[in-house]
Amino acid sequence: MYGVGILKGLGVTIKHFIDTYVDDIRYAGRKYMRQENFEVRQGLKAQGAFTVQYPEEKIAVPERFRFVPFLIVDDADHPERPGHDWCTSCGICAKVCPPQCIWIVRGENPQTGRPIPEPEAFFIDIDICMNCGYCSEFCPFDAIKMDHDYELASYDRTGAHIHDKQKLSKPFSYWRTIAPTTAAEEAEARGGWEHTDVIKERKKAEAAAAKAAKAAAQAEQAEAAPEAEAQSEQDAEAAKAERLRKREAALARNRARKEQENQNDE
Amino acid sequence: MADQTINSEALKTGDISAAVDYLKAQYPDAISDDTREGYNGIIIARDQLVEVARAMRDDLGFDYLSNAAAVDYLGIEDSMEMVYHAYRTSGGAALAFKAQTPRAQAEIPSLIEVWPGADFQEREAYDLHGIAFPGHPNLRRILLWDGFDGHPLRKDWQEAYYEEDHKPFESRWPKGFVRRAEELNIYGKNVKYPADLDLNSLADTSEESVYANMGLGVDVQQLDNGDELQTDKLVVNLGPHHPSTHGVFRMVVTLNGETVEKLEPVMGYLHRNHEKIGERNAWLHNMPFTDRLDYISSMSNNLGYALAVEQLLARGARYQPPTYRAEVVRVLMVELTRIVNHFWAIGFLLNDLGAFFTPALYAINERELILDFFEAVAGSRMMCNYMRFGGIYKDLPERIHAVANLVNDKMRDYDTMDYLVELINERIPRAVDQLDQYLTDSEIIRARTIGVGYLPKEMAIAYSAAGPLLRASGVSYDVRRADPYSIYPELDFDVAVRYNGDIYDRYLIRLDEMRESLRILRQLLPRLEVTHGEPIMPGGKQGPYMPRVPIGESYGHVENPKGELGYYVVSAGDAKGTQNPWRYHVRAPSFINLTALGQMCRGHKVADIVAILGSIDIVLGETDR
Ligand code: SF4
Ligand code: SF4
Repeated sequence: MYGVGILKGLGVTIKHFIDTYVDDIRYAGRKYMRQENFEVRQGLKAQGAFTVQYPEEKIAVPERFRFVPFLIVDDADHPERPGHDWCTSCGICAKVCPPQCIWIVRGENPQTGRPIPEPEAFFIDIDICMNCGYCSEFCPFDAIKMDHDYELASYDRTGAHIHDKQKLSKPFSYWRTIAPTTAAEEAEARGGWEHTDVIKERKKAEAAAAKAAKAAAQAEQAEAAPEAEAQSEQDAEAAKAERLRKREAALARNRARKEQENQNDE
Repeated sequence: MADQTINSEALKTGDISAAVDYLKAQYPDAISDDTREGYNGIIIARDQLVEVARAMRDDLGFDYLSNAAAVDYLGIEDSMEMVYHAYRTSGGAALAFKAQTPRAQAEIPSLIEVWPGADFQEREAYDLHGIAFPGHPNLRRILLWDGFDGHPLRKDWQEAYYEEDHKPFESRWPKGFVRRAEELNIYGKNVKYPADLDLNSLADTSEESVYANMGLGVDVQQLDNGDELQTDKLVVNLGPHHPSTHGVFRMVVTLNGETVEKLEPVMGYLHRNHEKIGERNAWLHNMPFTDRLDYISSMSNNLGYALAVEQLLARGARYQPPTYRAEVVRVLMVELTRIVNHFWAIGFLLNDLGAFFTPALYAINERELILDFFEAVAGSRMMCNYMRFGGIYKDLPERIHAVANLVNDKMRDYDTMDYLVELINERIPRAVDQLDQYLTDSEIIRARTIGVGYLPKEMAIAYSAAGPLLRASGVSYDVRRADPYSIYPELDFDVAVRYNGDIYDRYLIRLDEMRESLRILRQLLPRLEVTHGEPIMPGGKQGPYMPRVPIGESYGHVENPKGELGYYVVSAGDAKGTQNPWRYHVRAPSFINLTALGQMCRGHKVADIVAILGSIDIVLGETDR
């Protein structure tokens, strides 16, 4: 019979229409009020249209959500290095960035001219950033992370859309609030909540302390404690110097190789 | 005679090496093996290319030309080459063959009379590589406009603001003092025109000049005194600013009265030279760019590219294939993507039929829930960037969980597996059934779609149509079965086929495919449980950020929701393996499926064009690349 198909289709439409208002009745006009209602309305039990009333309502985005990256710095109340950058300006993110929108000026020691593991400047052109997440995925120091703040529209494209270091930097505690699970996983991989360097330093200090304690214990037996302590301090100093030297050597090698490559290219 | 027929039957189903042997016996001077390191297939002397191709099609049964791509080997061999991948619609691996030409005066005979599906692909090679195809009836630029200077995919072509040959750029680190590209690329000085272009002609907006180079051969307006009725014959532009053409697609239609006589698609409005960008990029850089091809189905775009590069990587010494867990998650994502895409396609087909937005919005309801899942897993709803060489980015999270902060306050928190189970077992099937109930029997839809936009089986194959468009014409060709990849061989599903080749069947087949995808997804759920916690990358380690890829070529193709998506990649130049692809070509189903559009529209009314276009289901991000 002609028209049956259309009637059936209209039946579906009416069902959708009614479904959309079931929630209003169920929550007696408080559909938009409570968090639990929201969760139902926006989940698998949702019925009818489930439009979100943006900007009155905003869905909290899942932890892995990625938008323009930010840089992690230590919290202002960090005991050892408040406000210190986690970034060591290693340059990996700038290389792995597909549209090449990260610009990093590597820090230099003004006296020696040698590179130091801190960025002097850090820019991300957010007009070019494609929010791919590679920078945070491949940063070996967990220093750059994808943000959840997506409301970045502004009237001034030329000035406001190149984020500099100041604008990019957010405290570590912020990262822990927006992505607690991920942050915990990363901390586990690093071996602690701190930056890798801090953890290493601490471990070293602990090892040194343990060594010192052991030495002290031995020294107590031999009744020569003061000397041993001095010794362990010297050890730590020497180790630090050695590390610095090795790092410099590696950097020099890198530079040499780069130059070599450049020459080869020419 | 009898044994000869048996013999020829055997030839048509024999394996690739038998086919190659046959061709070598038939054309001993024309064919040589491709012996370059990491290459396979045969090289055919270009003067005999058409003959050999015909033998491939007629004697050997390679009736389907999937891919035709040009490569410029400047600096390596100083030649250019066309690479073709022909398949049998009955299934099996590709017969890859190549034809070479010197770079100056590059010319390769057109294969359009053997496989009409070569039409757009040859025009693309002409446009972007500057290879001429004698024998092609309509050899004009296809993606770029006529006033474009040069052929951008030639290795010696540089854009107006040229930074460096390859990423990563030196200027970003360690002395990365930021610059905006437009400071160096001044507006007004960033365009070059070819020497023979008359710039004044650009200001001429008369209709004649607009259509002059379309090769349409009609006056813009003329009277047709044919039969009883006197009708106006005129040329009409549909699009680019037409809602059903996505705002970036144009069809120049020659009408006789209300009937379509000829239709010429014009594309390229969204062209960004994806492939040139891809050849500048490092291997991994390309992954998020593939998201932007068919932006409705980024997950499966990712998979195709990952497969192509993994084939190359597999030639290296320390290669480990993806883990089982990774494969399961990959297929999960890809099949969910298929459902997303078909919901979208059906919804918007109805838009094109005039049922404005009600069906579209019903259809994308469930899509939202799938995208929520993608967002929780991959970090983005549409630009997923989820696959990596050798695996995936991250395993599924335990919970789909959000934390409220200053900007976003309403939160949600679900268990991932519960969410998936309910989605796959309840929510999506219900939605598919509802859509079925809503639309399938509707008299209006049947009247508008049955018998409209007919594409016969032979023509669908000849035009290299792919995906639902091909299968709705009665060809049961699906890459997942014909040339299987990932874990599809162990999964139980049928290739959906419909036989009438009209819009209605293209709509029905999408419903069928969604149901088949659901079947696959149900089989994946227990697999996800079993593999829970297993590594997602070989050895549980993150892949390198600048992988070096061994020399060679590879063609990775997948059954995308819109059809066969292929990536032809070449790694060349550096013996240690290169950081950047030498060639990165995308066989875009949306692009090639349009080859048959003109044929399908002929004889129908203007209003049907829009519906026929909608039934192909294109995405301009992929068409124009
Ligand atoms: S990868 Fe991490 S540590 Fe290295 S420069 Fe980038 S943000 Fe800094
Ligand atoms: S998210 Fe991607 S595009 Fe954006 S800065 Fe990071 S690597 Fe670059």
